[in-house]
Amino acid sequence: MTDEQILSAHTLEEIAEWESRYPPEHKKSALLAALNAAQHQNKGFLTVALMDAVAEKLELSKIEVYEVASFYSMYELNPVGRNNIAVCTNVCCMLMGSDTIVDHLEKKLGIKMGESTEDGRIYLKVEEECLAACAGGPMMQVNHKYYTELTPEKVDEIIDGLD
Amino acid sequence: MSDDQVTFTVDDVELSAPKGSMLIQATDKAGIHIPRFCYHDKLSVAANCRMCLVDVEKAPKPMPACATPIMEGMVVHTKSAKAVEAQKSVMEFLLINHPLDCPICDQGGECELQDLSVAYGGDKSQYTDIKRVVFDKDIGPLIQTELTRCIQCTRCVRFGEEIAGMRELGMTDRGDRAVIGTFIAKSVDSEMSGNVIDICPVGALTAKPSRFTGRAWEMQQHAAVSPHDSVGSNLYIHTLDGKVNRVVPRANESINEVWISDRDRFSYQGLYSDDRATRPMIKLKGEWVETDWNTALQYAIDGLQLVIKENSVNELACWISPNATLEEHYLTQKLIRGLGSNNIDHRLRQTDFTDQSFAPVMPWIGKDIESIERLEAILLVGSHVRKEQPLIAHRFRKAFRHHQVKISAVNPRKFKWRFKTSHELISSAEGMVENLAGIAKAVGADQANVSALISAASVDEGHKAIAEELTTAGEAATIFMGNIAAQHPQFSVLRALSHAIAKQTGATLAYLPEAANTAGAWLAGSVPHRFAGGSKANSTGANISEMLASPKKALITFNIEPEFDVANPAQAMDAMDAADFKIVINNYATEAMKEYADVILPLSAFSETSGTYVNAEGFWQSFKGAVSPLGESRPGWKIIRVLANLMKVDGFDYMSSEDVRNEVKEQCRELQLDNSISVDAPIANISKTDGLQRVGDVSLYSVDSLVRRSTPLQLTKDADHNHAAINSTLAAKLKLEDGDRVSITQSGHCELTDIRIDNALADDCVWLPAAEELSVQMGTTYSPIELEKA
Ligand code: SF4
Ligand code: FES
Ligand code: FES
Repeated sequence: MTDEQILSAHTLEEIAEWESRYPPEHKKSALLAALNAAQHQNKGFLTVALMDAVAEKLELSKIEVYEVASFYSMYELNPVGRNNIAVCTNVCCMLMGSDTIVDHLEKKLGIKMGESTEDGRIYLKVEEECLAACAGGPMMQVNHKYYTELTPEKVDEIIDGLD
Repeated sequence: MSDDQVTFTVDDVELSAPKGSMLIQATDKAGIHIPRFCYHDKLSVAANCRMCLVDVEKAPKPMPACATPIMEGMVVHTKSAKAVEAQKSVMEFLLINHPLDCPICDQGGECELQDLSVAYGGDKSQYTDIKRVVFDKDIGPLIQTELTRCIQCTRCVRFGEEIAGMRELGMTDRGDRAVIGTFIAKSVDSEMSGNVIDICPVGALTAKPSRFTGRAWEMQQHAAVSPHDSVGSNLYIHTLDGKVNRVVPRANESINEVWISDRDRFSYQGLYSDDRATRPMIKLKGEWVETDWNTALQYAIDGLQLVIKENSVNELACWISPNATLEEHYLTQKLIRGLGSNNIDHRLRQTDFTDQSFAPVMPWIGKDIESIERLEAILLVGSHVRKEQPLIAHRFRKAFRHHQVKISAVNPRKFKWRFKTSHELISSAEGMVENLAGIAKAVGADQANVSALISAASVDEGHKAIAEELTTAGEAATIFMGNIAAQHPQFSVLRALSHAIAKQTGATLAYLPEAANTAGAWLAGSVPHRFAGGSKANSTGANISEMLASPKKALITFNIEPEFDVANPAQAMDAMDAADFKIVINNYATEAMKEYADVILPLSAFSETSGTYVNAEGFWQSFKGAVSPLGESRPGWKIIRVLANLMKVDGFDYMSSEDVRNEVKEQCRELQLDNSISVDAPIANISKTDGLQRVGDVSLYSVDSLVRRSTPLQLTKDADHNHAAINSTLAAKLKLEDGDRVSITQSGHCELTDIRIDNALADDCVWLPAAEELSVQMGTTYSPIELEKA
């Protein structure tokens, strides 16, 4: 199969847009953005086929793409729920009580960090880095949005509002 | 001190080195040792292991010597308290996750980590937690992974990217979970992949075939030369208990640098195959009996003499392997000629001999191997150089990475290269002639023997573009004629046209000699029309084509399997049948040989004999045997010497192979090597194939008996040839789909196989390489073939 079939027209368009920002011999620079687009197209996670298609598109060797995709925590390489929830458990947030938030979420959803709900609605991501919103800890990122100063009630509201 | 030199001090010694060098390069040159893991002088600087930290005055922190450019007046201490402390800490960190499994590690005793930890490490670790475990990956039959031992130096990754040109290994994941691997289950397929075994500083990547077979300190090291291709890569054979246990590179900057191909590294696995000939054998009343040398030799001589007496000495013929040593070639032709025949040939895969009397004294690249790196334009004519001479292709790649040398090709297939090509003209055999004529016309060449061809040629954009490249590069261009050219049905025409183009543009005409000692075979006189040193023979004997077409009655084969090693296997086997008496001198005694031969004389392998190979740059490399001959096998030069003595042929009183070499040297003393060919040399007729044409090369793991018996090499992807290939146009015409079963018929022989669709091929061409199970009963490549759905 060729990249055209695997990557959607929209993804290809987005990759082309990013490619155009870099000199042609530095296509690799568009890799992060290309993986973002591919992941988005696939409801939140990358497959080997998608990564291979990106490699072909940007004329990279496949392993280069695997390296990048496995290095950054923002790429998921296994099937996950469509809403990506990352609670920051780094120092500041931990001091502000992120453990309570994690416990609450795990109990509410019946899954552990790193797992997805059975209905494929929610994925509790293990976030490894400080999300740079320390002043508002405890905090979490839901898809691309930040929610700060969390309480269990606030978390319920946010989760229940997800599709 | 000139402007581009910098003076600095290391450990109180004043040094100077070219501006821009890294500290470690300068200290290496000066013989001051700085420990390192990730730095390798053939690879880019990654500076990720930190083992090379040194104390630089005025710098606040220790600096990595591999990534610190030297500066005027810099003062460096490699053994100060600060440096030692830094090295010790790095060592401790590196060992946090490294298993202490040296007793069961194949690298033990030759491990950089082991050595440096003894020299620079502490004897206690502060780390008490659990070490991480990394699961091993199966990356193919050649390389064993033991990734828990990996220290993430990324040498293997950089090797793939920079040297092999195939990024196969990578470092995935991050931080303490970072692992080396292929990410998805996949084998590593570069033809130079084995080099990662040497560059991996630890036991994470080791040689699979020799795993657990011996300790480095138990083995003995012997210098050797590769018996497979014309690069003549320098090798070390490591022996254990009198047997070859493994092969590793011997550094030689001007030939193979520090690398060798997988073929050179792993072919030794074929040395001890079950069919190795270890005792002389004769066929008595249809039954094979093992016997002693005297009996076998006498039997051989009696048989030969009878045939010669009953017929004439013109009925004596010899087919000899181009991988035989110079000494073997020289003595064999001397014996045949001493008996009165000129029927000897080593050009077993060649089919066009039209211009043989005009051929250069020996085919060679016309310059030294290193200078290839400085070329600005390259035209490959009939060459799959990447698989034929992998280390020459590596030089092309270096030139490409360094200054984007323009590489173009006239070939029967668009091969997968590890450099970018600018133009590839892909066609059938006669199309190659047309393309070359087109280029000749575009550069404005004219030459007596091909002027009609050139003026009739039509010139297209591709021809013009290649012409432009060659003309622009002028003397910095070289036209390389490869193995496919030498096996081409109009070799003489390709040669004449290449010559015309080279003349007109100022390019060098180069040959990539087909086999390990093709050049040596020519020098030694292993051709029917020339004596050693290239002088004209008293009369011209039969070349291999003629010996196939009108078989001789008495035949000596020297280390070949005709069904694999001769251009036309079907004809070769018929010629065998037609002969009355056949002496086989060979490393192996195969079932096929037992069918056709009368005597089998066991020949010592390349690792068991002394001898000389002449490589593509005309360099004579002599070597000694690494181990004693297996069983009762004997070095070829001794077998021939004794045969000659017993047959009372004069001039065979050699005491050593050096005596033989010196005699050949003497005869080559006056030689001026020159690749040019007379403009009046005759050229072959160009026959057009109606219908389909078979095209193909000889796969790198099928070229000779030794590699064909190396099980690990035969398990690689490169050895997978159980299929034929055509392009999609032809597939559509024949209503075939990828994977369909087809029947292929040539020379009255039919085989069933799978078809693959590959648009790297030209129209009406069927890719079917020689020397494969599928093709051993067929005729020559580049001749008509029939194909239909089975
Ligand atoms: S496998 Fe060996 S060469 Fe590759 S990164 Fe690990 S230690 Fe270095
Ligand atoms: S520690 Fe949570 S955002 Fe910084
Ligand atoms: S050798 Fe310098 S950092 Fe590894």
